[in-house]
Amino acid sequence: MNTHVLSRAPQQSVGLADQLAKLHIDLWLGLLLLALGVVGLLVQYSASGHSMAVVINQAERLGLGFGVMIIAAQAPPEFYRSAAPWLYGFGVLMLLAVLVLGDHAKGAQRWLDLGVLRFQPSEILKLAMPMAVAAYLHTRPLPPKPMTILVTLAIIGVPTVLIAMQPDLGTAMLVLAAGVLALYFGGLGVRWILLVLAAAAAAAPLLWYKLHDYQRNRVLTFLDPERDPLGTGYHITQSKIAIGSGGLFGKGWLAGTQAKLDFLPESHTDFIFAVFSEELGLLGVAVLMALYAAIVGRGLYIALRGQDSFQRLLAGSLAMTFFVYVFINMGMVIGLLPVVGVPLPLVSFGGTSAVTLLAGFGMLMSVYTHRKLLAN
Amino acid sequence: MSALGSSRSGYDAIKDLYEEKRTFTSRVVFAAILCLVMIGLLAARLVELQLVQHDYYTTRADDNRMRLTAIAPVRGLIYDRNGALLAQNVPSFVLDITPERVKNLNDTLARLKAYVNISDQDIARFRERMRKGPRYRSVTLRSNLTPEEVARYQLNRYEFDGVEVNAGLVRNYPLGESAAHVIGYVGGISEADYARLDEASYQGLSQIGKSGVERSHEDQLRGMPGAKIVEANASGRPLRELDSQPGSSGQNLFLSLDAKLQLVAEKALGDLEGAVVAIDPRNGEVLALVSKPGYDPKLFVEGIDAKSYRALLEDKTRPLYNRALLGTYPPGSTIKPFMATAALNFRTVTPDTAVYCGGSMTLPGSSRKYRCHKRQGHGTVNLDGAIAKSCDIYFYQAAQNLGIDRIDEILGQFGFGSQTGIDIPNEKGGLLPSKEWKRRVYKQAWFPGETLSIGIGQGYLTTTPLQLAQATARVAMRGQGFKPHVVHAISDPSTGAITGVAPEPLPPLTGQNADLLERVIHSMEQVNMFPGGTAYRAFKDAPYSSAGKTGTAQVAALKQDEKIAPTLEGTPKHLRDHALFIAFAPVDEPRIAVAVIAEHAGHGGSVAAPVARQVMDQYLLGEVRYGVDASTAAAAESAAAAAAAAAGETLDPEQDEDGPSTHDHGDEPPAASPVTR
Repeated sequence: MNTHVLSRAPQQSVGLADQLAKLHIDLWLGLLLLALGVVGLLVQYSASGHSMAVVINQAERLGLGFGVMIIAAQAPPEFYRSAAPWLYGFGVLMLLAVLVLGDHAKGAQRWLDLGVLRFQPSEILKLAMPMAVAAYLHTRPLPPKPMTILVTLAIIGVPTVLIAMQPDLGTAMLVLAAGVLALYFGGLGVRWILLVLAAAAAAAPLLWYKLHDYQRNRVLTFLDPERDPLGTGYHITQSKIAIGSGGLFGKGWLAGTQAKLDFLPESHTDFIFAVFSEELGLLGVAVLMALYAAIVGRGLYIALRGQDSFQRLLAGSLAMTFFVYVFINMGMVIGLLPVVGVPLPLVSFGGTSAVTLLAGFGMLMSVYTHRKLLAN
Repeated sequence: MSALGSSRSGYDAIKDLYEEKRTFTSRVVFAAILCLVMIGLLAARLVELQLVQHDYYTTRADDNRMRLTAIAPVRGLIYDRNGALLAQNVPSFVLDITPERVKNLNDTLARLKAYVNISDQDIARFRERMRKGPRYRSVTLRSNLTPEEVARYQLNRYEFDGVEVNAGLVRNYPLGESAAHVIGYVGGISEADYARLDEASYQGLSQIGKSGVERSHEDQLRGMPGAKIVEANASGRPLRELDSQPGSSGQNLFLSLDAKLQLVAEKALGDLEGAVVAIDPRNGEVLALVSKPGYDPKLFVEGIDAKSYRALLEDKTRPLYNRALLGTYPPGSTIKPFMATAALNFRTVTPDTAVYCGGSMTLPGSSRKYRCHKRQGHGTVNLDGAIAKSCDIYFYQAAQNLGIDRIDEILGQFGFGSQTGIDIPNEKGGLLPSKEWKRRVYKQAWFPGETLSIGIGQGYLTTTPLQLAQATARVAMRGQGFKPHVVHAISDPSTGAITGVAPEPLPPLTGQNADLLERVIHSMEQVNMFPGGTAYRAFKDAPYSSAGKTGTAQVAALKQDEKIAPTLEGTPKHLRDHALFIAFAPVDEPRIAVAVIAEHAGHGGSVAAPVARQVMDQYLLGEVRYGVDASTAAAAESAAAAAAAAAGETLDPEQDEDGPSTHDHGDEPPAASPVTR
């Protein structure tokens, strides 16, 4: 009896992960994401000025997101591979539709109003892009040949340009990153990578003339935040004040003055990291970064365990895109990057991006939990 | 390893799955390294912000949220000598706008009109004051809001950024126009004020003493502002107080002014333009100081708009002008007691020297006639007669014998030609002309005829009413003088301690014989107390002794060939003579010295003396026994004069014109018109 119990105990703990895996849920990823979601809700509560309504609203969205994640994890990777071209095609069509029919919000056409549902087709591409590139490269010998690369670049380029035309530079960058990262994981030659970087550098001045005034202002303001301290530069200046004044230990949860007294704009959406840093300090930031790093690391680990090119490229791309998300948001909030509308994943207020992200993690779980038992 | 992830395409055959997996693994490793590098980048930046620059950003964050709000000190009150309030602070709701925080001012003003009654005048005034101050300083749009207006505004305040209703104290002058020239007023702090004042002392204050005692004693009245640190949100709304440091209230002033006496003096002067100054000769305390017409100081407290201000400035009667301190008038015959003092001291006459007045005299070598106001002459007059009847010929000769230098020496000692140094701002010193002065200003030698004009208080000689009162007080005190002042005592509201302002004695008269001054006083008594004296009519029933001297200062010169003086009514008002009177009482123990000037009002004896009588009655008896008010007296007088002129005789005992020069009472230097033409 005694020995029985003793021998059961470790088996049980292993058993939980196994049992969840049977439900196609990855325990570690799930726990890390859940922890992140809880951190997000706590910061939401503070940043929204103690609004339970905001917290409940966000919790509902996260709940929906986790639901979608679990559902997404049930479908096998093969399903995603075969669905990739369809989803991609649908997404591009929607993007075209949005350019023609879309709603205007904040001077940009991003939303499509379907009567019952308003959604951003660019969100579809966040998933469809890595799926499509991974699925295409899955059918090619890797590392990809020049012809393959050109086709892939076309697959990446079309929706990116369409999204950039809305204009939604932040999402366009994320979608571009998702495609390029899949291509990178596919074994894109180093020379090609350098070539792409060079092309990007060459295109930058051209792109400058294509930018809207507010986008140019953001870039100019990024280069010199004090140039317009009450206009565009205000965000970034106030954000830096919030973070800097947080110091090592922070001012304490609910004790941040910058957000509470409305000095920090967009405090519970794009700039929530500033609130977090102000209240919880550098130590809190270290914990948060570790959480993100762990999620990315788990994603890359899952990618390594992928059983075919599609799975690996998709998982690698999703994991790294998640990191790009975090990097762009944090970089912009601390003044390392220009201000582009990228939320801090799962922490910023906003349902659409959370649901899309969690759906992506559902795919990662699918890749991990649908592995066929092999010789090893 | 076998082929898995089955594919419909035929590329499987040429895919090197092992190589693919190896490439992928290295890519993942590289990506992970890249992630760590980028995290390092973020971390480095965060360390820079949160550790290296932490202090800087903490300061910036505190600057954001903490507002140092000044606590305006309560301005000191002003009382009269008996404790009657002259200036106080009354609670009032004011609507303030901070220009910097208003996006569209016109729109805001238009929308505010729906809730608060705002006139075009309010807006004009507001815009003017806004222009004068820095944009971050709030400017009052309306004061004295009604409770309904406050309620209506508060319900809709969220619509108005940068607009606030504040409960404040507004300066109030209970006496209104009365004594406005002494008390002065407070008004908005102008750019020019900011340039010279110490900003720290004016935190939270929007007004500053602009004139009168409000200005001269600004530092005592103001108090020191306190400060509180409040936490405010981004839209500037204060949320809680973090720290506060109280300031101190301004000190209360007790003026030597007697409000009742002031009112009596104002009433006695009636509608006439002019000034009354009453001084306690024993200590220099100013008991009443009237300048008519006056103005309502309230206009300035609320902030006057340009149009009304221009109207006040351009008003021909000059209500803003403090005639008592700034009006420089020819003293006319009121100079004679001082002239007599000089003549007696230098022995150019003795009290009993007889001078024959034949109605006119000439200087040797000149055909220019110097006339007495009495055509047919006074006959033989001695000092008493010359003062009591105001004989001009006597004083022409006295002045001629003295010469201008000796006149200057004695008159200068009585304070003529220099400011008295009274403790309210803006005072003129009048003009005591001298040879040196004339050389400097006119580049001409002094003519003997000019000395004669000075002898009867005409010519270049001008004095302010305050100077006349001050000189009279000095005579009353038999030579002892005190600097005139209006602030009597200062009380500290926090301790209740009252500090008196000590009288400031003036240097004694030098080279003057007190007995001789007594002789002059004796002759001045004749003026008031003996039949035939020029002010006898005003003082005959006074139950106290008094000494005085009438004066009628000529504004327009009489032409040489003009035989008969023009009647008062036949002369345009601005050319009519000024009526003057100086007096003190009681003669032996003087308690009050008065100078009265009524512009273009006719004769000193009939118009100015009754004003002084009423003031003295009030001060010495506590009530006015003299029943006639000055303006009706003037009317009666002019009617009588007209009748007399028609009858071809001079009825009035006092009509000392015939001074040869032309003067206006305005600013010095006087119009250049040499005596001998």
